[in-house]
Amino acid sequence: MSDEYEHKLEAKSDYATDASSVSSPDLDAVPEAELPDQELYHSHSWWTTYVFSQDAKYIGIQYALTAVGTGLLGLVLSWLMRIQLAFPGLGWLDPAAYYQFVTMHGMIMVVYLLTALFLGGFGNLLIPLMCGARDMAFPYVNMLSYWAFVVAVVVLLASFFVPGGPTGAGWTLYPPQAITAGTPGSDMGIILMLVSLILFVAGFTMGGLNYIITVLQLRARGMTLMRLPLTIWGIFTATVLAMFAFPALLVGCLMMTLDSLLGTSFFMPAMVSLGETLTHEGGSPILFQHLFWFFGHPEVYIVALPAFGIVSDLLSVHSRKTIFGYRMMVWAIVGIGALSFFVWAHHMYVSGMNPWFGFFFATTTLIIAVPTAIKVYNWILTLWRGNIQLSLPMLFSLGFIVTFLNGGLTGLFLGNVTVDVPLSDTYFVVAHFHMVMGIAPILVIFGAIYHWYPLITGRMMNETLGKIHFWFTFIGSYAIYFPMHYQGFVGVPRRYFEIYDSPYIDTSTLLLNKFITIAVLIVGAAQLLFLYNLITSARLGKKSEKNPWKACSLEWQTPQMPPEHGNWGKELPKVYRWPYDFSVPGAKEDYIPQNQPPSEIIGAKVEKT
Amino acid sequence: MSDSSFQNLPKGWKSVPSDLGSDQTAFKGVQWGKAMMWIFLLSDTFIFSCFLISYMKGRASTVVDWPNTSEVFSLDFMGVPVPLLLIAIMTFVLITSSGTMALAVKYGYEKNKKMCGWFIFATAIGGLTFVGMQAYEWSKLIHEGVRPWSNPFGAGQFGSYFFMITGFHGTHVSIGVIFLFIFARKVFRGDFDTGRRGFFTTMKSDYVSIEILGLYWHFVDLVWVFIFAFFYLW
Repeated sequence: MSDEYEHKLEAKSDYATDASSVSSPDLDAVPEAELPDQELYHSHSWWTTYVFSQDAKYIGIQYALTAVGTGLLGLVLSWLMRIQLAFPGLGWLDPAAYYQFVTMHGMIMVVYLLTALFLGGFGNLLIPLMCGARDMAFPYVNMLSYWAFVVAVVVLLASFFVPGGPTGAGWTLYPPQAITAGTPGSDMGIILMLVSLILFVAGFTMGGLNYIITVLQLRARGMTLMRLPLTIWGIFTATVLAMFAFPALLVGCLMMTLDSLLGTSFFMPAMVSLGETLTHEGGSPILFQHLFWFFGHPEVYIVALPAFGIVSDLLSVHSRKTIFGYRMMVWAIVGIGALSFFVWAHHMYVSGMNPWFGFFFATTTLIIAVPTAIKVYNWILTLWRGNIQLSLPMLFSLGFIVTFLNGGLTGLFLGNVTVDVPLSDTYFVVAHFHMVMGIAPILVIFGAIYHWYPLITGRMMNETLGKIHFWFTFIGSYAIYFPMHYQGFVGVPRRYFEIYDSPYIDTSTLLLNKFITIAVLIVGAAQLLFLYNLITSARLGKKSEKNPWKACSLEWQTPQMPPEHGNWGKELPKVYRWPYDFSVPGAKEDYIPQNQPPSEIIGAKVEKT
Repeated sequence: MSDSSFQNLPKGWKSVPSDLGSDQTAFKGVQWGKAMMWIFLLSDTFIFSCFLISYMKGRASTVVDWPNTSEVFSLDFMGVPVPLLLIAIMTFVLITSSGTMALAVKYGYEKNKKMCGWFIFATAIGGLTFVGMQAYEWSKLIHEGVRPWSNPFGAGQFGSYFFMITGFHGTHVSIGVIFLFIFARKVFRGDFDTGRRGFFTTMKSDYVSIEILGLYWHFVDLVWVFIFAFFYLW
């Protein structure tokens, strides 16, 4: 033990540029390249450049634009739902449409927006650049992945135009009601939803294999895993989760498709529907819930882990300070990822299960709070005495910490069986998951877009518009979701088409519904402002200098900005340190890029990484 | 690397993350496609696990008794119903094809074009035989009245799970067979010797892809062993 301790001390004091090594000729030595330079696909036509592109950066942008486009539909659906809830007298929606919009809003936001944007969008854009690779390992498969996603989206949207409309089963698609007459879209809509999900999983698998192999096998010389930016750790771990969680969704979807099309009874018990006994018999609806949540819970972290990673980088860059506890952050990401496979049944406390199971899943759920809390503390300690720049990415990151903390604390309520039972199926749950996996990751996405926009377009986004966008979004989302916690406590049930004056529902919640809806519309308008900023800045934005945020990570160190095809020009970068060397004592600048050779920064007290 | 840097390497458990996270590649000397196939197979393992666990759950909670599998799956041989006869032959053929695949990989790395090609071809024929016998088994069961939604022998879920899982596995085998035929042609044409570029990917061919295909094929065989155990022996 004492040996180890001394070893540690030695390592700590082992600065990369101590006096003795200055004269050493191999000061800038990095290990030899293990692999020959990657052979790239070069496009020759407009189609292969812009449509069926095999360049990860393009694919990332394609993914992001498709995801945002689909997400906008989800946003509009949420406005319509809120207007219905606040002003049922308007009669804009009938009950069927309301349920259909709830379902489509949920599925679009979770899968087709957040998952696709974080992994497909940011993953494709950042993984090769941050690892110091020229492209993904399998560019052709990567292109197929994107187009499978497009087909999945088209199939999903097609369900709006089939007889009966899209499914209204709720985003969890629980059988038997999802495929039983009486639920909107129970014949065509649900089939298209299931097929779309199957396509999405197939497409994502192709992309995910690329992300994993690129991170594991295509790093630049000198880039160890422990020198990777936390963004990559987050995206990588989320991809691994997705590779192991999506199979359960795939199997569940396939089985329900057969139940619906062939009349099998995987999930269908014997039932009487509309006065007639159905032919189904002996299936297990709870089996679907297990399959769904074995996917569904890791899915939460598929969305959250990339957000954790990205926000760590944003906080570090914009407070000009080393990330606090890098190794702990990595282990926390990996630990949360692993634990997320053992908590799924906490979504099923009221489905009926052995109390011991409830006890087990409550325990594992609460254990997840430990690594998560480590992360929150580390973010705050990263800010502690940092040179905090209140730039747009920083504002959104700060917003994320508060929002995530808020959503995480309500998670503790819902993770405990006894507290969950009265709260389940109330607006408290809606408020919880929107805070923790809706608003919090979305704030990170905004911060990330403001941060990496210059890398994509070479121009900055408008700061004033961005600040207006931030304050409206941040305060607005609290105006939306804080009242929902209260509504949940007084027992307003979720998924109700019309909340009217009744002895069972507090009158105060009716007024709150109107308040929430007005906040929703204002926040929604602020998003349009963001879109305006996003589009116009590409042409009119202030030209960005190279590395505008003075970040250390590799994506800003390309010879050209925005990076060209192949990212790195003739020679791949060599990496000497981690990406968090900010404000190093003795260094000329307040940041030392990962690929700056040690011989150029002699005298800087860089810790060995 | 100098001697001193070896001494500075972490020891014991700490060496595990440091080795795995070492410079440039996590799996030293492993070709990208091969690593990709391993990870894909891990993911596919989860798919088949979900299928088989669902099957166990479904079988445990039906309201009607499960059919007697040794009767349902028996094959008449010279007028005597022999349980497990067809399935034993199917399993034998598939496992044998795994052996020929392994030989194909070996000859591939020896750059023995002729032997490699023929062994891939033999593997493809083995796979095709398996799919053929599976089609025969399906048609036999369908003739006896087994349907995905019901059957005359017991719980309706029997047909549901049987057709779904063997169908999903059969699809895997069929895809494998298609690729085996394509690869046999590529080997005979000499693609892997000349490094001919792929039609779709435009990347150079390499004998390692035969090993990658082999990994997939062995996996499909391994999965069959589990399906065999859970459906025919339980």
